[in-house]
Amino acid sequence: MRLKFKFDSLKETKPTEYLSRFVFGGVVTVFAGFVADHYGPVLGGLFLAFPGIFPAGVSLVEKHKTQREKAEGKLGIWSARGQASVEATGASVGTLGLMGFAVVLWQGLPTHNFLPILFTATGTWIAVSFLFWWVREKM
Amino acid sequence: MDILLRFLIGGIVVSVFAILGDVVKPESLGGVFAAAPTIALATLVLTMHKHGGVYVATEARSMVAGAIAFFAYACVVSFVLMRWRPKALATAIALLPLWFATAASAWALWLRR
Repeated sequence: MRLKFKFDSLKETKPTEYLSRFVFGGVVTVFAGFVADHYGPVLGGLFLAFPGIFPAGVSLVEKHKTQREKAEGKLGIWSARGQASVEATGASVGTLGLMGFAVVLWQGLPTHNFLPILFTATGTWIAVSFLFWWVREKM
Repeated sequence: MDILLRFLIGGIVVSVFAILGDVVKPESLGGVFAAAPTIALATLVLTMHKHGGVYVATEARSMVAGAIAFFAYACVVSFVLMRWRPKALATAIALLPLWFATAASAWALWLRR
């Protein structure tokens, strides 16, 4: 399956949905910082991988797919929820990349400079996520 | 000031990755961006500046455990949605305790030591 960019899908998202993602992202980030400041980096670090935006993401996938199906005269709810499941499967693959990102920071930071390690960690996230996504698509 | 900066950076980073997830097709690949290290990318520079490398490395070790919890949570959400087709938002929120339970177990068995 080929990678594509479909910019039309941006029109399906309402300004209020963009705003709610922004606010939710900001709140989760502040909360993660609050936990780290008050309870230390061990507990705070857990919340760096909190699925904060995930529920809103799968909900939007379901909503947009339902709208598209309705526009074609179909009921759409059943397949829309299946689409949300596919999104969640993609997220589970992404968490493997997230683990790779965190391992590079964990092992690299005490002894190496921050920026090269951050770039390596981000590259690891991309490489691991895409590798597992590709393997899963081939299965 | 620090809270406002975290809020703005967090909001922007999460929004950028959410937009990437929207435009990238197929949907299974778009879903990968739902597990992007958004919160980490939004806070790491500030945390590094404030506390240094050892502190960030400690956070990153916990982040591995958080990502394992996220993996378990996302797998279960995907299975439940595919098997029974309930509402996506209600399912994702109702199953969030699974993330907390897995993260707490990882903390008790690994991180606390």
